[in-house]
Amino acid sequence: MSRGRRRPPVAALAAAAVAVAFFALPLVGLLQRADWRALPDDLTRPAALDAMRLSLVASLAATAATVVFGTPLAWVLARVPIPGRGLVRGLVLLPMVLPPVVGGVALLSAFSLGSPLGGWLHDTFGLQLTYRPAGVVVAETFVAMPFYVITVEAGLRSLDPRFEEVAAGLGAGPVTTFRRVTLPMIAPSVAAGAVLAWARALGEFGATITFAGNIVGRTQTLPLAVYQRLESDRDAAVALSLLLLGVSFAVLAGLRDRWLVRR
Amino acid sequence: MSLDARIRASRGRFTLDVEVACDAGSVLAVLGPNGAGKTTLLRCLGGNLAIDAGHVRLDGEVLDDPATGTFVAPEHRRVGTVPQDHLLFPHLSALENVAFGPRACGVTRRDARERARARLAAVGLEDRAGDRPARLSGGQSQRVALARALATDPALLLLDEPLAALDATTRATTRRDLRRHLGDFPGPTVLVTHDPIDALVLADVIAVVEDGLVTQSGPAAEVARRPRTPYVADLVGTNLLRGEAHGTEVAVGAATVRLAETADGPVHLTIAPSAVTLHPDPPQGSARNRWPATVVDVEMVGERARVELTGELPLTAEVTPAAVADLGLAPGLAVWASVKATEVAAYP
Amino acid sequence: MSRRPRPFLAAALAVALVLAGCGGDDESAADSTTPAATEDLSGSITVAAAASLTDAFTEIIEGFEDEYPDADVEATFDSSGTLSDQILQGSGADVFASADETNMAKLTDTDVVTEEPTVIARNQLVIVTKPGNPEGIETLDDLADVGVVALCAEDAPCGRFAGQVLEGADVEIPESSVTRGQNVRTTLTAVTEGDAVAGIVYVTDAAAAGDAVSTVEIPEDENAVAVYPIGVISGSLERDLADAFVAYVASDEGQAVLAEYGFLPPA
Repeated sequence: MSRGRRRPPVAALAAAAVAVAFFALPLVGLLQRADWRALPDDLTRPAALDAMRLSLVASLAATAATVVFGTPLAWVLARVPIPGRGLVRGLVLLPMVLPPVVGGVALLSAFSLGSPLGGWLHDTFGLQLTYRPAGVVVAETFVAMPFYVITVEAGLRSLDPRFEEVAAGLGAGPVTTFRRVTLPMIAPSVAAGAVLAWARALGEFGATITFAGNIVGRTQTLPLAVYQRLESDRDAAVALSLLLLGVSFAVLAGLRDRWLVRR
Repeated sequence: MSLDARIRASRGRFTLDVEVACDAGSVLAVLGPNGAGKTTLLRCLGGNLAIDAGHVRLDGEVLDDPATGTFVAPEHRRVGTVPQDHLLFPHLSALENVAFGPRACGVTRRDARERARARLAAVGLEDRAGDRPARLSGGQSQRVALARALATDPALLLLDEPLAALDATTRATTRRDLRRHLGDFPGPTVLVTHDPIDALVLADVIAVVEDGLVTQSGPAAEVARRPRTPYVADLVGTNLLRGEAHGTEVAVGAATVRLAETADGPVHLTIAPSAVTLHPDPPQGSARNRWPATVVDVEMVGERARVELTGELPLTAEVTPAAVADLGLAPGLAVWASVKATEVAAYP
Repeated sequence: MSRRPRPFLAAALAVALVLAGCGGDDESAADSTTPAATEDLSGSITVAAAASLTDAFTEIIEGFEDEYPDADVEATFDSSGTLSDQILQGSGADVFASADETNMAKLTDTDVVTEEPTVIARNQLVIVTKPGNPEGIETLDDLADVGVVALCAEDAPCGRFAGQVLEGADVEIPESSVTRGQNVRTTLTAVTEGDAVAGIVYVTDAAAAGDAVSTVEIPEDENAVAVYPIGVISGSLERDLADAFVAYVASDEGQAVLAEYGFLPPA
């Protein structure tokens, strides 16, 4: 007898079921399309292993860079009333709406060897980003950081600023307050933002191929490898796609609710 | 250690303009309706808000003086604050909360925890040291917040509506405990409240603040006896007495007040003015308290008459205008004041 | 990539309609359909053409739309491999112009193209470098250790041809120095806009880039010859218009445009 316990409205459930199907069907189609016997071979070829290694390292490095630079940025946007803050926020969030290839072109104009800054970096430090794994990290960070910043900024804004005042009243300076009070209290936002950024970085294609190029072993990440094989070796493309899907799904499904929601 | 502050501060369209002083060991209650500026005052004293004009001096040290450009940041003021919602850090245990201040000042983790344990023991919560704030009751979290504020050995203690977050039953016991702790604190204490009972029980001096200005200040009992604004009159629309109880009798000065139930030890007594009836002759009836009194003043407040009485017990009675006429109430008239034992509320 | 050719609304040119099939010494079978030479040919067709044909076909389409004002031609330019795949999956193109016979064979073998395709042009490869050839590249050998070289993806015709050319000259560029472009145009961009030191693209693409690159010739005996067949998709709903377009490309006008852009004649 379920009197008194409200049942979810049928319409909502039906709409949700349609949405789930929308996401599930392409995945099922892919699973069905795969050549399972050839899968181990397809995935262990040197170029495939290169792509996996590169994707893993680059996406993690991009996430680390995002957290290191994105956290202070989110802090400033949430707490410091600088003039033109709205403009700064708009600028920082721009890569979210920019077509990734456009982002790549923009990065080229800023950092290619032919650009003033890029040329100077190369002449002074021997640093080149294009056609280097470091360039992959730069491209991925460029597109992923906005997701992190927007999440953490929201988390900071929803944090009662009085906690920080209390910490100051107890004698804690700004750094101590941030380290011992603010950061632990926004930890779920930081975690959620980092996961979002990592997922975005992992799947990045347009900016990577435009800025870092498509060099096997150096800049050909999994998405680039998939695209490369789409005509010549469709089975291998599907195999690599499944790998990407599998890894992403494992991480996202494994996230516990409570890590992402504030207590 | 003493506090001396002259504060003018604006927040939006609201301006606070008050003078506040408090001696070491003394408790000042800032009493006022919501929006009066009480929290603004605390924020100025704590350093979270800079004043526009005036000064804040603690122990002779200038904490804020716009004229000389002096401003000491909150983390460098030796001020302990107990916020309204207690605001215990939810991700730290009670012990870690209390140890936070000392650790922030450079005390080693072990020493800080020992200090914190002592402070928690002083408020009777050492067995809850490992609990997260979510598992503490309202009264317990208030005590932890107090221990946390005191753990830094502040020179000034600030409390923002210390009992507001508590339910009625807890409030009375907490008030009593708080009175004891405040008594132990050697420095000046400023507490802010909208509840006149809190002010009367906890404070030595009351400053009434309305619309950003002090409308009345002085010793607690004085303010209660002689309201000068309708707000205070409404607030303290009750008689508050203190005495020693033995069984059903309470000795208040030279007078005796009879209760309907037994009590023991020091008690507070409240008697609503409307419960005080006036008679030309001693009224009969065993369940009645009666004392001889002399009318000091009769004042119309709204449609009621407040009659100030002196005698064995200083009381304020509230009667109808008709009664004033019937009895011929006027200053100097001798009357008998009577209160039913059941109308006397007593609590520790 | 897809580009919609701008309708050419300037003063009408006196255009003589060419009725013949492909040019004279065509080695592949002659085109056997003659289009209706009427000006009331109307409708809309999609032409899928190899990326290297981008500029030439854009101009050809303008000329064609002038001649048949009621006709509308949309063009999609990409790697022949990508386009042929898309056609097999039902992209709805009416005409396919490939940069090699292998990709056209994918369609003829499956009867997606039933009429014998016509070869409309040929092309050769060339090395492109940054303007002024700062690295001093002179031969294919130099590409082995000059830095990052841009080549087309291996399943794009220009990529396959580049592979053949390099192998024939016994030159091996280390994999860590090769960046692959999805089609010949993005490969070219890696040299003009990106930091690739050199690339191998078609002669026509280098010409289209003008001053943005310098070129280094590949000797005739080492070079590859790309053959460009064009064919009508058998399922096209606008057969007449599609046939007319193919005929136009093979006509003197179409051939003149192709020659202008650096293509070699079909013969």
